[in-house]
Order: sequence, then C-alpha cells, then structure tokens
Amino acid sequence: MSKSEITETNRRNEGDAPLISLDNVEVHFEKDQGLLDFFEEPETVNAVDGISLDIEENDVLALVGESGCGKSTLGKTTIGLQRPTGGTVRYRGQDIWAAKDGRGEVDIPFSEIRSSLQIIHQDPGSSLNPNQKIVDILATPIKQTHPNIGVNERRERIYSLLERVGMNPAADFADRYPHQLSGGEQQRVALSRALLMNPDLILADEAISALDVSLRVEMMDLMLDLQEDFDTSFVFISHDLSNARYFAEHGDGRIGVMYLGELVEVGPAEQLIEEPGHPYTNVLRWATPDLSLHAADASKPPMRKIDIPDPVNPPSGCRFHTRCPEAREACRESCPALTGDDAHRTACFRSQPDHEYWESLELVD
Amino acid sequence: MAATDPIIEMRNAKVTYDDGETFVLDDVSLAVERGEVVGVVGESGSGKSMLASAMLDAIPDPGLLSGEILYHKDDGTTVDVLELSQEELRQFRWEEIAMVFQGAMSSFNPTMKIGGHFKETLKAHDAHVTEGMAFARELLSDLYLDPERVLDSYPHELSGGMQQRALIALSLVLEPNVLVMDEPTAALDLLMQRSILMLLQELQEKYDLTMVFITHDLPLVAALADRMAVMYAFDLIEVASQDQLISNSGHPYTRALLNSTPNLDAPLEEMRAIEGQSPAPINVPSGCSYAPRCPLATDKCRSEDPPFYDTGEGHLASCHHWQQARDEITLNFDAGDTGPVDESAANTVDEPVDPETVDNTEDEP
Repeated sequence: MSKSEITETNRRNEGDAPLISLDNVEVHFEKDQGLLDFFEEPETVNAVDGISLDIEENDVLALVGESGCGKSTLGKTTIGLQRPTGGTVRYRGQDIWAAKDGRGEVDIPFSEIRSSLQIIHQDPGSSLNPNQKIVDILATPIKQTHPNIGVNERRERIYSLLERVGMNPAADFADRYPHQLSGGEQQRVALSRALLMNPDLILADEAISALDVSLRVEMMDLMLDLQEDFDTSFVFISHDLSNARYFAEHGDGRIGVMYLGELVEVGPAEQLIEEPGHPYTNVLRWATPDLSLHAADASKPPMRKIDIPDPVNPPSGCRFHTRCPEAREACRESCPALTGDDAHRTACFRSQPDHEYWESLELVD
Repeated sequence: MAATDPIIEMRNAKVTYDDGETFVLDDVSLAVERGEVVGVVGESGSGKSMLASAMLDAIPDPGLLSGEILYHKDDGTTVDVLELSQEELRQFRWEEIAMVFQGAMSSFNPTMKIGGHFKETLKAHDAHVTEGMAFARELLSDLYLDPERVLDSYPHELSGGMQQRALIALSLVLEPNVLVMDEPTAALDLLMQRSILMLLQELQEKYDLTMVFITHDLPLVAALADRMAVMYAFDLIEVASQDQLISNSGHPYTRALLNSTPNLDAPLEEMRAIEGQSPAPINVPSGCSYAPRCPLATDKCRSEDPPFYDTGEGHLASCHHWQQARDEITLNFDAGDTGPVDESAANTVDEPVDPETVDNTEDEP
C-alpha cells in the first residue's frame, strides 16, 4: 500500500477507528556506555516487544506486572510520550509519530493529539511546580484550552473542579502551594490538571502506589467518578493486582499482564483473576495479599526463581520459562503467541490442548 | 492468654518533642513474646516508626523517650534498654536486636561492595571475620541469592529486591535474637514483597527469630504475623492474634481499615475508604482519638479515653463499644473458617471481666 492509500483507509475508518491502536509496537533502549566500552556493541534493553492493543472511548485498561516488565514504557508509548522503535501507534486512525514528523497527510495535528492524551505520575509532589500556587498550576491548562476566558471565570472553573475532586473549601486550597498539601491532595490536583485539558485518555502511572493503603480506594473511586463525568478512557498501571482489579472491574475494563516487555495475558478483570490462563498471572495472584485466612500463610510462590531475568538478555522462547513451574522443553524453543477469543487472550502453550508442549519434557533447574 | 516468656517489654513508652508539646508516641505498652512475629500496622504518621526506634532507644534528636523498655536475654538476665551507656547500646543493637529500614539503597554505602559491609560490621563488633563471612554466605543463600556474586557487587549493581535481601542478611550476621523491620519491603513491587515475606518466614523458623514487622499494609503482614497490633494517632488501639484481628476485630478503626483494603475476594461494592483524616501530633482530640471519624462515637468516647478492654483470649481493643463494633460494622470479605471459638469466647469470657461494656448502650444519643 502506498502512503496515500493508507491515509485513504484511515479517513474511511475514522468514524469507527479505536481511540488508540497499537500495532506490533516495540521499544528498545540502548544502555548507556562507559568510555572504555566505546568500541563494543551497545547493549539493548527490550522494554516492550511486539504488542498490539486497541483502546476504545470510555475504556479502562489496567496494566500489571513486576518492576522492570515494561508497563510504564508501554503506557508512555500509548499516549505518545515515548517514540516506539518499531510498529505504529494510532490516535483515531492517525499515526501519532507520522503527525509529529509531518510524514504523509496529517489529519490530526500532533499538538491536538498530545493534549488529548494526559498522564498522572506516581509521585505527585515532584510533578507539581513547587513555586506555583494551586490556582496558578490549574490556570495553565485552561489558558491553553480556552484562551478567551476571563480571570474570574477561570477562577470559578478551578474552584468548582477542586470542589468536585473533594478539596473543600476550594478557595483555601487554591491559594496553597503544593508542599502544603498531603500526598492524596497533591494527586487530586495532578488529576484536576490532567482533566482540564479535556483529554480522551489519561495514563495513571502507579498513581495510587505512593498513597496509604486506606486512601487508595478513595482515589480510585474519584478517578472512576470523573471518568463518567468527563468521558475519558484510562490506562491504569499498577504492580498490585487487587488495585488493578478494583479499577478495571469498576470501569468495566480489562487487565493486561506484562512480563519482560511482552503482553502475556489480557482479558476482562474478573475472568482473568478467577481463571488465570497464564502461569505468570497465577504468580501475581499469589503475590496479592488476601485477607482470607486459608490463604494468609506465606506459602511457596508458584514459580521456580524469585528474581526476574536481565532484560538485556531475555530468555529464549517463552520469556517466563526460566521461572515457570509448568515449563517444558517446548517453552524454551518457541515463543507462544497470544491466542483465545477476542476478549480474553493468553500467550501460553497450556491454553492449546493439542500443542506439542504436552509431549515435551519438563524443564528442571 | 497471659504473657509467658516475653523478650521485649515496652511499658508506657512516650516520645515527646518541643518540651513535651508534641507527642509522637503516647503511652504505648507492648510485650513481644520470644519467637513470635508481631505485625504492627498503622497509617503514615501514626507513630509506628517511632515505636520501632523506641525499642532500640534510637529516637531521632531532639525527641525525648520516657517509660520503660526491658529486654530479657536468653540467659534469664534483664536489660533496661534506657539505662544502657552509649557503648553498651552500640553492642546491644545488632547483637541482640537488629533493625532493617525501608530503602536499602540508603542503608548501604554506595562506594563499598556488599562484602565490605559484612566485614566492617563483623569487625566493629569484634566478631570472628572468617566464621562470620561463612555465616553471611549461608544467610545469603537462605535468601535465594548467589553469595559470591552478591558479596562482590556494589549496591547499585543489584536490583532493589536483591539489595533489600542483602540488607536482611547483613542485619542477621551477628545472630541477633530479635529483628525489627520498619517497612522493609515498601519500595518493592508486590511480587518481591511477598517473596521476601516467605523468605522471612523460613528464616524465622530456621534461626528461631523474634520479629517485629512494621508496615501500613495490613494484608501483607497478616501472611507472616502470629500477633498483630494496630496503631492509630500515636497509640496502639488493638492487639490480637492474627486470625482474631482479621475475623473478629473489636475496634471500629481496625474494621474500617480491613474494609478499605482492596483484595481479590471482597465484593467490590462494599469496599470503601475511611472518612476523614487522622489527627496531627499537636491536636490529638481528648477522649478516644478516633472518635471524630467513628460512626459509633458517643459523648463518652469524646470525653473518656478508652482503656484496653480484654475482649477474650488476650484480644485487647481500646474501644468503649467494641461489642457494638463487632455487631454493627460488618466486614466485607470472607475471612474464612476460623472455627466456632471466637464468638462464644468473646461473649462468655469478657463480660464479667469488663464492667464498662454494660454501659455501652446507655451512651447512645
């Protein structure tokens, strides 16, 4: 297909194109090198490999996985903050990076895409300017989206949004500096700031992980309430399966499980937790604290090794085979693709009853 | 259940700043039995780290610690920790009670290899270095680490989970009887947290350790603890065995905390956050400090600080209305089958013990 044909198809599809569409996305980083290894091949870290995923309007996708599994990199790629080294990321059918570079016919300018895709970070304290009052922090996005609004109306909008996110009295909070707020309040300001851009999608990158356990539910509820009011989609990143479940299930969304840069299972929240298809999802389930007393004792994890392998040299075949309790020879040799119905897909040979996996020998350490 | 063989007895420990104006630990008494694991749970700013520091007389300046902290040695002699000289205290810490803090990166010297930290510690305490290093290797392999590789690494060359495990090995190298841990897994992902908990359980059994584990994450420590203590506003408000605290807690705050915890089994619609905020150290309300947030609070709660009521089998709860709390604040998760013991015990044993409970209903507005 030539370039003009591609834009042609995009135009036709624009009405029903997903909000965000990732196609075979990969992100590889080159590791920083010291002066002495100047002549050696640079090492690359495969942060994200071969991920295809659609995000619709008013959608919720929760990404889970351990530290270093690439979930943040995938999140940032989804909202156009990280340029993929392979594959495409489309916003309503428009290739985001083609728009940025001015390649081909650009239907939606990059600046519009950029402001429709927002982020809330893990540490709200360092994402707010310490020298600005809350009212000034929140005025910036309004000035950008509604340049013709007067000072008084701007102030009114800020106050009503602050009240909406539970910061009463708004006038008092508006005149404070970020350090005069608690962690939960700072996160509410960061969320308000993102919402003022009228985004289609907000990436919440471990946005509740720094809060006390008892405050997390409250913050998730607030985000979900606002999702209804503002019609936004959410990509919610967490290492905690129970938070991902709460968020995804309330937002009627999906959970995606990542391992060493690959998506190993994706499906509706409840189904994925009740009937995990991938042994790694089962490991995450084990890691999730549970108040039922049968499960409360610290039992052995359903995996063979505690530490995640080095992403510079990811294992061959299925990347989880070095830790997987169910691994067999076949897992070392070839890599399972995501299979299953549209809603729930798993990348494991065990979900295929007639795969040669079942005939091969078990791996032992 | 009377205290049989306590190893640490903390009596009326009080920590004040600003010439007694600010309390950060308010009259806390807690006995830790030899060989048990006590989980101390509290929100940020509840004073739980102060409790840990107080056990080692390590309150940050200019805080003042009063009260009594007794340590019962294996040989039957008793040490009054607050009477120790600087030199005795230096020996006491690490050789009798060791402490692990959160954030291993800040506990290690970044310019010294891990092996150097072990050697330095052994030398500083006049221990035999060769024997000590052999024990260090054993500890490291107990923690699923490769001893030679880890000892020969600088801290930054290890992942966060490996650093934290190396730090636990370092804290145990002088064979202390007690390990006090303050959020030892807080900066790690959930999978590593749970793995470390499982390893701690193995260490505890292998070396007969007494452990005090301090965290804001109730379900996490529930997997490890024999007994749990809940802190609120600088004081303990409930102390009970692990299964009693989870399935039959008597304090409204504990019950709210349990209900606010996202977990995989609770019905979503019943999970809710705790209303309001915990008090600052200067404004602790008179009477019960939880009264302003408590749905059961009466005039008695606002005027009279509740003592510890024995609700049966050594289950202590400092709430005037502990029975009402059990009846009226329902738990939103299935704690599992704890046997028929708790209910009957609670109702028959306590009422004669505690005349206060009879007045409960009269205080209703």
